[in-house]
Formats: sequence, structure tokens, C-alpha cells
Amino acid sequence: MSFLKKALFLGLMVILTRTSHAELTIEVTEGVSSALPVAVSPFASQSAPVNISAVVNADLARSGYFKMMAEQAMPGHPSSAAEVNFKDWQTLGQNYLVVGQVNNAGGGQYAVQFQLLDVFKGGQLLGYRMNSSSADLRRTAHHISDLIFEKLTGKKGAFSGRIAYITTNNQGGKQQSHQLQVADADGFNPQTVAASKEPLMSPSWSPDGKKMAYVSFERKTAAIYVQTLATGQRSRVAEFPGINGAPSWSPDGTRLALTLSKDGSPDIFVLNLANSSLTRLTKSFAIDTEPSWSPDGNNIVYTSDRGGKPQIYMVSSQGGQEKRLTFSGDYNARASFSPDGKSIVMVHGNGNDYRIAIMDVSSRAINVLTGGRSDESPSFAPNGTMILYASKKGRTGFLSAVSLDGKMQQRLVFNSGEVREPAWAP
Amino acid sequence: MKLNKTLLALAISTLMLSACSDTDEKDASLTDGSQNEISGINDASTSGLNKGNGINGSELNGSGMNGVSNGDYASTLGPEFNDPNNPLSKRTVYFMLDSSEVMPDFVPVIAAHAQYLVANPSQRITLEGNADERGSREYNIALGEQRAKSVASMMKAQGVSDMQLDIVSYGEEKPAAFGSDEAAWERNRRVEIVYQAR
Repeated sequence: MSFLKKALFLGLMVILTRTSHAELTIEVTEGVSSALPVAVSPFASQSAPVNISAVVNADLARSGYFKMMAEQAMPGHPSSAAEVNFKDWQTLGQNYLVVGQVNNAGGGQYAVQFQLLDVFKGGQLLGYRMNSSSADLRRTAHHISDLIFEKLTGKKGAFSGRIAYITTNNQGGKQQSHQLQVADADGFNPQTVAASKEPLMSPSWSPDGKKMAYVSFERKTAAIYVQTLATGQRSRVAEFPGINGAPSWSPDGTRLALTLSKDGSPDIFVLNLANSSLTRLTKSFAIDTEPSWSPDGNNIVYTSDRGGKPQIYMVSSQGGQEKRLTFSGDYNARASFSPDGKSIVMVHGNGNDYRIAIMDVSSRAINVLTGGRSDESPSFAPNGTMILYASKKGRTGFLSAVSLDGKMQQRLVFNSGEVREPAWAP
Repeated sequence: MKLNKTLLALAISTLMLSACSDTDEKDASLTDGSQNEISGINDASTSGLNKGNGINGSELNGSGMNGVSNGDYASTLGPEFNDPNNPLSKRTVYFMLDSSEVMPDFVPVIAAHAQYLVANPSQRITLEGNADERGSREYNIALGEQRAKSVASMMKAQGVSDMQLDIVSYGEEKPAAFGSDEAAWERNRRVEIVYQAR
């Protein structure tokens, strides 16, 4: 990145953070002008409880890939290809148009259909009809977004995915309760996975998305649990003296990397979940913590302050030579790989500001993506196009999503409490 | 450095002023959480997604969510623990940014507790390490543990037995002060000396 580009980028970040704090909606900013113009015409709907086209529109806008057309600017509201006058949409500079309808099929069932149209060719790119129960309408909408996203970008959509996060209810200046929750990727349908009056931390999804590892202090000491999401059943897999922290699931699902301080200073271990055997990977006198696996399972990145300040290091998951990866900035922590293994996202601290930064693994160049004062816990979307992270303003913790180029930023809205430590389901 | 110390002193005096109300709130929940030991999963509940039944699904309501982890048992041990002129009444040790070094001001406080523990070898305490909110959460857990270990090693040097000392780090998860300013951060970089009920 040239100096000029960097300066421009930083300038943009300032604008972004200003605006993204202003209101709780999607902020489309400068730089997205290169995004594809797409219009989602409001679906013809017979009193469906979910506004499907609005959900699709919000999903596509959030991705940063598309420039969505405002409803008021549309020349009409067609609900099928037959009703579309392509010339009108061409004149307005739209590349793609989504039309559809939701029909009440009775018995709480809805028939949802949509078409993705190429405005210039005047033809259909995609067309689907699907049935959905009333309860599944939002999921169906996210599924439609995934189909459109993949058709237009060639990348898998991440809209029908789920996220986990921790919430705390603070009342009267005291923490009342902590919850580990799972919600749709847009923050809707939150469900509590575990609740405790003592802190819960560090949720990590199993690669199949069926289990979660997390830290709980419910016994007044740190312990790591593995819980099956569908049933709520769980087992305590680590409760050694001292720190039991930062669980991270191996890509093959058989092991957890974690931090234990049972032998003195915190070190990185790998726990085999089948036979509970422990392998120690680091042996420094300093703090080693926050392990995270490379997508191929061969390496583990982690935070160590053996050089005086926290920096990112890497070691083979079999153990061996440890090497330092970051040298710029006086605080780099909580690293994790992008799904393609080419980038590492981390918390990058400078003075009093902690921001989300991304490092290119081959060039080691670091780009700062966010502009908050205490941004933390970055988590890649499974398709690698977005990063979810926790941010704080005043006493309120909330979640934000940023696109990999930093151009698109969105704040997710939650109704209550402090929200932190987001983890995007695989 | 000097300015920070002044601020710290201010923060601590604020803390002392509010100590009375703190104690009241803690007393109210003295027994909380101690009754669930048998179940093996005390003070937490889990739920299955998709309306599945979680284990201990009902326990959440039974455990009294008062949000106070420690009954302030020390205040019941004797008048010296409540006398503001006695160092035993001070049960929080504060730290500088990114440091686990005990500052000279707190050496007498730690020494007083160490003496008490040596004289009362059946008394156990928990040293709860904490950090301010800046930086990543698991790293802050490690920082909090370093702080608790510094206090522990000073106590051990004065004859306190290992058996009397438990250590837990809450990192930034249990702030004493909410807020994102220096005043709040200073109050949160701390080790709490918690006397365990005998």
C-alpha cells in the first residue's frame, strides 16, 4: 500500500467511525462506488411476518460488495421478470435486479420465489421457488442472499451462518449475569447456550459447527467446557490449577489448543479430546496465550510477550521452533488465520488505541482496518470476506463487521447489555 | 509516573469513601452461590438450541444472580479488618499499567495480611488478579495472574504457606469500575485479597 493510499485509507477510517457511531444502520460510504449496483425490488407479499426483500437487501448491503438502490429511487416495484422494463433500470445505472414474491400457502407455510436478473442482458441469472414455514422465513431470506452473493461474486455467501458471543447484563454498576449466546449472522434470533453469574469467555466453534468450547468461571476458578449445542450437554475438559483459557478447535475437530499455567507461566498446549492427552508446545517464562490453528492444521499462531511486549508468534502444531511474525506496533495479540490461510487478523495496539489489523502472511505487511479505541476479538466470516469484532463506546460493548478492505463497516444491533467476543460459526 | 501515582491515590481515596456501601451489598449476598456444590455444575445453566433441553436448565433461577463473587468474609473476622487505620482493612492492591510489580505503598498492606495468615495457619485466602480493559481478553487473564502471583510470592516470603493461598485471574472480566478512562482503568488493575470462609 502506497503512502498516499494509506493516508486516504486512514482518512476514510475516520469518516467511517464517525458515521458508524451515529446511528445503528448500515453505513455505505465512499469507496464502495466500485461496488456492483444492485436493486432489490420489494417482494409482493401476502402478509408474511418477515419482510424477506428487506432482509436480503440488508444482507447484500452489509457485504460491502454491492451498492444497493434505495426503494424510493426505483422506477417501479415489479415482482416477477415479466413485469420488468429493463430499459428503466438500465437508465438508472443498475446492473442487477432482484424480484420476487411470498405467497401464503396456508397452515403456516409460505411459498417464496425470487429471480436475479441481469439488467443489461435483460435475462435471468437465477430463479428459485422454495417453501418455508413461518418460523423459517428469515433463514430463507438469508439463503436467498447466499445464492445471489455466490452467483455475483463467485464466493460462498455467509449470510445464513451463525455467530456466538458473550453478553453481560450490568445493573447498578454490578455484573448481574453472563450469557454465551448464538444468533443468526445479522444478530437476530439470539439463543442462550450457557448462563452463569461468573464470567464466561472465549467461545470457539468446532469445525462442524455442532459443539462449542468455552471458558467458565462458574466454580470460582477457570475451566474449559465442551458443549454440544443441540442438547446443551457438556463436559469439563480442562480444570488445572491456574489459567485454563483460550480454547481453539483444531481444523480436524480432534484437538483443542489451549492456554494452561499449571507449570508456572502460561504456555500453549494441545489437548487430544479422544484420550485427554496433553502436548506442551511452548516453554517460555513469559506469557504465551491465545493459540489459533492454521486452516491446514499444521501451525498454531499465538500471543507471547517474551520480547517485552505482546507480539504474534507461530509454532508447528507438533511442536518445534517458535518464530516471531510481527515486528511493527507495540502490541499485537489474539491472532487468527483467514479461511484461505493467506492472512492473519489480530488486535493491533498503538498507544491507547487498540484496533483490528490484518497481516498478509507472505509479505508480513500489516493494514489497520478499524478506527475504534478498543476494538478486539476479530473473527473471520467462513467465506473470508468479512471480519466480525467487538468494539466499545463509553460503557457499551457492541459488535461490528468490517470488510477486508476496511471500506464497509456495520454495527450489529442488540437490545440489551454488553456484547463481546464474537465467533463466526464455520 | 508521578502524575499516575497521584491519580491512583485519588482513585483509592474515592474507593475508601465508597467502601461502606460496597460492604453492605456484599453482605447481602454472603451465602450466594455456595449451595450448589453437589450438582457439579454450580451457578451455571446450559440450554440446547432448537428448544432442546439443556442440563440444569432450571438452575439459573435458583442460584441468585447477585453478581457478587465474594462474600466479604474478612469483615466478620475481627474489628481490625474494619478499622480504616489498620492495613488489614485494605484488601485491594493496585498496579501500574502493564506491570505486575507491587508498588511500595502496598507493601505494608501485603505484610499485614501475611502476618495475619502466619498467625492463623488455618485461614485461607484467594488472590484474585484483575486487569484493565485495554488489549485482548485472554492476554489480560495472563496479566491478572502475574499480579496475583506477585502478591502471593511476597506473602510466601513472609512465611505464608502455599496451602493458604489460592490464585484466580479474572483478567478484565470483573471490573471494579465501569468506564473507559484512566480513573476506571486504575481501579481495575488490581489484586483482591479475599478471605475464604472457614
